[in-house]
Amino acid sequence: MALDKNGIAKRIAKEVKDGFYVNLGIGIPTLVANFVRDDIEVEFQSENGVLGMGPFPFEGDEDADLINAGKQTITALPGASFFDSSMSFSMIRGKHVDLTILGAMEVAENGDIANWKIPGKMVKGMGGAMDLVASAENIIVAMMHTNKRGESKLLKRCSLPLTGVGCVTKIVTNLAVIEIKDNAFHLIERAPGVSVEEIQAATEGTLIVNGDIPEMKL
Amino acid sequence: MINKTVSNVAEALEGVSNDMTFMLGGFGLCGIPENAISELVKRNITGLTCISNNAGVDDFGLGLLLQKHQIKKMISSYVGENDEFERQMLSGELDVELVPQGTLAERCKAAQSGFPAFYTPAGYGTEVAEGKETREFNGKMYVLEEAFKADFAFVKAWKGDEAGNLIFKGTARNFNPCMCGAATITVAEVEELVPVGELDPNQIHIPGIFVQRIFQGNDYEKRIEQLTVRQRQ
Repeated sequence: MALDKNGIAKRIAKEVKDGFYVNLGIGIPTLVANFVRDDIEVEFQSENGVLGMGPFPFEGDEDADLINAGKQTITALPGASFFDSSMSFSMIRGKHVDLTILGAMEVAENGDIANWKIPGKMVKGMGGAMDLVASAENIIVAMMHTNKRGESKLLKRCSLPLTGVGCVTKIVTNLAVIEIKDNAFHLIERAPGVSVEEIQAATEGTLIVNGDIPEMKL
Repeated sequence: MINKTVSNVAEALEGVSNDMTFMLGGFGLCGIPENAISELVKRNITGLTCISNNAGVDDFGLGLLLQKHQIKKMISSYVGENDEFERQMLSGELDVELVPQGTLAERCKAAQSGFPAFYTPAGYGTEVAEGKETREFNGKMYVLEEAFKADFAFVKAWKGDEAGNLIFKGTARNFNPCMCGAATITVAEVEELVPVGELDPNQIHIPGIFVQRIFQGNDYEKRIEQLTVRQRQ
């Protein structure tokens, strides 16, 4: 069965290793924090200026001066720090952040990503997405394998305006875990009960299937 | 001590006029210069170019200036959450330049630091890089981005002293420190203005040299955009 959003977040949480500084985008990536193992030390960075972000505050404890990049009220954990926007992107551009997890509208087999603009629709802006994808070495895209019209989001070439070029190396969708290398999608794992054929059918770009593909362990 | 204090917001905004370029601190509604924005609305000046990460919401922050058609151009990284903004942008009344967030911060910081331009990987290969110089360093491509030029920077800090030294709180810091000293005149409004000697020099985030005018702000609303809480067990 295909995964739901929490299932995708749960699978991505397994990529988060002890000692990692992690930047989580808005949407499915935000859910990843809920599934990170308790026995490892991880710090979450939010690009508006906090490292060591904690859970949402208890009702009544919210502070207007403490929010995340999605403008939600948050808390800061012991050991947290605050900093300005320039320093925040020094952490990102300077590759001090170990892992970036973000959503996408389209990903291409050459690693291009589009996630900020649909021509003809109101453009809200790229926020920090272009800085993140251009800089991070370890980017995981969290998204559904197909869009609402059932069309593949894993393409030969992106059709939407790009956010970054050749930067995505791993994608976790509701159907599969996929790595990008040598201008192709490589199938690594299947969602429980999902067949290689189903994944193939939902993937427009070149999908390389080598040997038996294991099911994800969640 | 070089005293930077002015008695109120009206004095702090002396010299603002039509068609100027302003930098305004804040991320969403967090850490925005509420008093300066109210005064700009009152003065009714128009044709403004505003450099700010976001454009406020319909009835608060920069949304107040948009309602009165005072802004000609916005330079921002993200402008959701504002219906009037969307209407003006789609009708062509408002010019919008979208800039990647880290680039936006660094274009302020470059102006503060005296760098005319810098190379960043952000936006390479996208429409953001169109018409801009690109260059390869160590096998990776970068885009040349220029420092901003602005007439006034309006920033908001938590505490400040008469010398213009500033301390920020939580994530209300955001773009504010990057904009200090990045415009011809930097105006800082603070929740608590104290005499010199009261702030520990070790704790100062922005030295007063980057600030021309400082005043005690009033009636901070500090609106929360996305109140998100968890229930107590």
